[in-house]
Amino acid sequence: MLTLVVRRLGLLVVVLFGLSVLLFAWVRALPGDPARALLGEKATPAGIAEVTRRYGFDQPVWQQYLTYLGRILHGDFGASINTGEPVVRTFTERFPATIELAVAALLLAVVVGIPLGYLAARRRGGWLDNAVVGGSLLGVVVPVFFLAVLLKYVLAIQLHWFPTSGRQNARIDATHVTNFYVLDGLLTREWDASWDALVHLVLPALALGSIPLAIIVRITRASVLDVLGDDHVRTAQAKGLPRSVISRRHVLRNALLPVSTTLGLQAGALLSGAVLTETVFSINGIGSYLFDAVTQLDYPVLQGFILFIAVVYALVNLVVDVSYGFIDPRVRVS
Amino acid sequence: MPAQLQSEGPEHHPTRRAFTLAAVATAGLATLSACAESQRDEGGGSGESSGSGRDTFVFGGSADPDSLDPVFASDGETFRVTRQIFEGLVSTKPGTTDLAPSLATEWTTSEDGLSYTFTLQEGVKFSNGKPFDAAAVVANFERWYNLRGIAQGEDLAYYYRSVFRGFKTNDDPALGTSLYAGSTANPDGTVTVNLTSPFAGFLASLTLPAFAMQETGAVEAAGGNGLDGADPRQSEYATSGPIGTGPFVFAGWERGQQVTLKRNDDYWGEKAKVASAVIRVIGDGTARKQALQNGDIDGYDLVAPADVATLESAGFQIQNRPAFNILYLGINQALAPLGDLKVRQAIAHAIDKDAVIKNALPEGTKAATQFMPENVIGWNESVTTYEYDVDRAKQLLAEAGQTNINIPFNYPTGVSRPYMPNPETIYNAINQQLSAAGITTTPVAEQWTPNYLGTVQGGSNHGLHLLGWTGDYNDPDNFIGVFFGAATNEWGFNDPGLFEALAAARTVTSEDEQESAYQDINEQIMTLLPGIPIASPVPSLAFAEGVEGYTASPVQDEVWNTVTVADS
Repeated sequence: MLTLVVRRLGLLVVVLFGLSVLLFAWVRALPGDPARALLGEKATPAGIAEVTRRYGFDQPVWQQYLTYLGRILHGDFGASINTGEPVVRTFTERFPATIELAVAALLLAVVVGIPLGYLAARRRGGWLDNAVVGGSLLGVVVPVFFLAVLLKYVLAIQLHWFPTSGRQNARIDATHVTNFYVLDGLLTREWDASWDALVHLVLPALALGSIPLAIIVRITRASVLDVLGDDHVRTAQAKGLPRSVISRRHVLRNALLPVSTTLGLQAGALLSGAVLTETVFSINGIGSYLFDAVTQLDYPVLQGFILFIAVVYALVNLVVDVSYGFIDPRVRVS
Repeated sequence: MPAQLQSEGPEHHPTRRAFTLAAVATAGLATLSACAESQRDEGGGSGESSGSGRDTFVFGGSADPDSLDPVFASDGETFRVTRQIFEGLVSTKPGTTDLAPSLATEWTTSEDGLSYTFTLQEGVKFSNGKPFDAAAVVANFERWYNLRGIAQGEDLAYYYRSVFRGFKTNDDPALGTSLYAGSTANPDGTVTVNLTSPFAGFLASLTLPAFAMQETGAVEAAGGNGLDGADPRQSEYATSGPIGTGPFVFAGWERGQQVTLKRNDDYWGEKAKVASAVIRVIGDGTARKQALQNGDIDGYDLVAPADVATLESAGFQIQNRPAFNILYLGINQALAPLGDLKVRQAIAHAIDKDAVIKNALPEGTKAATQFMPENVIGWNESVTTYEYDVDRAKQLLAEAGQTNINIPFNYPTGVSRPYMPNPETIYNAINQQLSAAGITTTPVAEQWTPNYLGTVQGGSNHGLHLLGWTGDYNDPDNFIGVFFGAATNEWGFNDPGLFEALAAARTVTSEDEQESAYQDINEQIMTLLPGIPIASPVPSLAFAEGVEGYTASPVQDEVWNTVTVADS
């Protein structure tokens, strides 16, 4: 197991190096001049020349890359051209918002998806099964941003059940320790702050969780159907084990393996879906920041953030792979 | 035993559990929403106090501030925040561009226009308890003058550079001699600021939030001058410890989310009526509107013209800022046949500004006759105008021998500026009028960032274009000086006579002389016709029903000490 982890981490370093080269080339191939994007209507030729010089954009690209690589190795990812904020600090400040949202969306998908998928399989062909299959198809095809706008319009603007945007009511004077707002409220015993943050999470999590939910429902259903037909289930039934025990020990446990694989893959989808969801709900996570960075040509932010996301994605999948071993001992052996 | 397997009981166990789960989840959602609703009914949360009005004013801004040290900022969202914390020597009368006393109660100018003496408001303290006095004023001027390295950059010390033109030691060869010659704290408590050359716009420029008075001791202690090579916009002072004399003090900044301000209980002037003010960051205009409709915020800026009527009919208050901007159709004379005055005149006669305004600009917008709004010194009532006359346009084109011309027309997409709320609609309106006069154009649409400005300002490969400007302070140099002070790629002409006239007018000291000098220049510009001024649209703010005491300012000099928020 340890060898697996070490080997995967080594591979990660190689992948990141390749990615950094590609990213660097890609970001610089984007049309437009970052100095002009920064200085706006008020730009003067001297100002543009000065900013270009300050950020080294007048150097050959390969030289810029080597400088960048040298800095990265010292943990310095540079600072945003637009705000001067260090990239690492912005990332650590904003990442909790995205994680909070992604975890909420994933929790929703798992908590609702697995039972629904299981039920649909057990009632194969029934109305519930049909509803689940149809609903999940809808969940996959409806774009996240459309659902986000729709949810916001109906549940927030028309019905006033939920806030329209942000992570917390501006009128609440909350203390922030970890920048995970729900957690912060619990840590500081500001219950209303925690509750308010949770309320703000509902709509974005519903929107963002729609695709993983639909996928988990389908995979659980298919997987449960598969396992139900297996010999060991039939044996267990023949032994006269209670149905609840069979379901828990023999069906669900085996059926969950493909579901956990999907969860790992969905981590990436959640991060990209977060860009749209965060923009629609004005959540200050990395998604919305990345979106701004693209429109503003903020090279250091783009490069740094995409590298960070790649690391997070690779680590999540490593964890998923390792977790197979715990769910299914056979994987550990091979 | 098989009987047991087939029996109903055990089979339904997991089912029931799953249903319970689903039911709990649904109930949870319902409870959540119910609570969200009740919380709003109570008016917010822990930050609220009971009683007749709300204690917090929540305003929706469009972006995070760049920094809380105004010297290093040039954007409206930063100044919205710093205006509550800091004050300058001079400010504007609420709702106008006229000068008004602030930390300086009065001032005198020497005859040669080279020195200004300010009498200071007494008994003023910075929010850290340090006194505000003549020495503090000197310290601020000296601080700006002595900025070094990265802090001198155009993206940092933008306003200092554009007003003072140079530092004690210039790191950038493009900079010149500083306008600032020195300052002294006089024994009688007044302070004298000396200039190296007269500058007519000096007092007006001091209303810029960039030149607000700060507690320089606190700046220095927290590394706010960038002397260690670090970006001073990100110093501890600029991110978590700004110290000013204003009606609010800094309380917290959650990046990308909100800035929180608390009432300054020791404020020397009219103390704030709300205990705290919050600027929420909501980038998307529609999201800002929805947040107001939902009661999440009490007001917001940059209301889309299309939303004004909807909001008004739903009972929200709309305030129009007196227009202090100009939208124009730029013409690049470097591209044939636009160098021909007759062609430019034809274009001017072909445009029906009133129709453009009716189709694409907010209600209350007036057509522009020159490159500055009416409330700026030097606006010329009797400037040459080009009335809408399609036949005259066609005739001029014929005289120029250009009956069949086709020119590129650049316009931006994906942007909304105060002077140009919806560029695409404006383009459509103008383009139709031009084609009616026989001027064909090739549309070139580009994203505002990153491409548009680069195309119209950075190169010469453009014909007609839409652009504009919002003024910073009441000085004509801030409009026509910016546009026509030197040869640029945007206009593609070289007219040393005009450039010199603008440079000379900048140094005129008396307001009367300044007025006549700029009136002449405006006439000169409109005869030369480098472009067509279209209009000065009125930007709008929207507020919830219960908000009172907010005065919209043409230069966004909006301080919130008079604002109250009633429960609605």
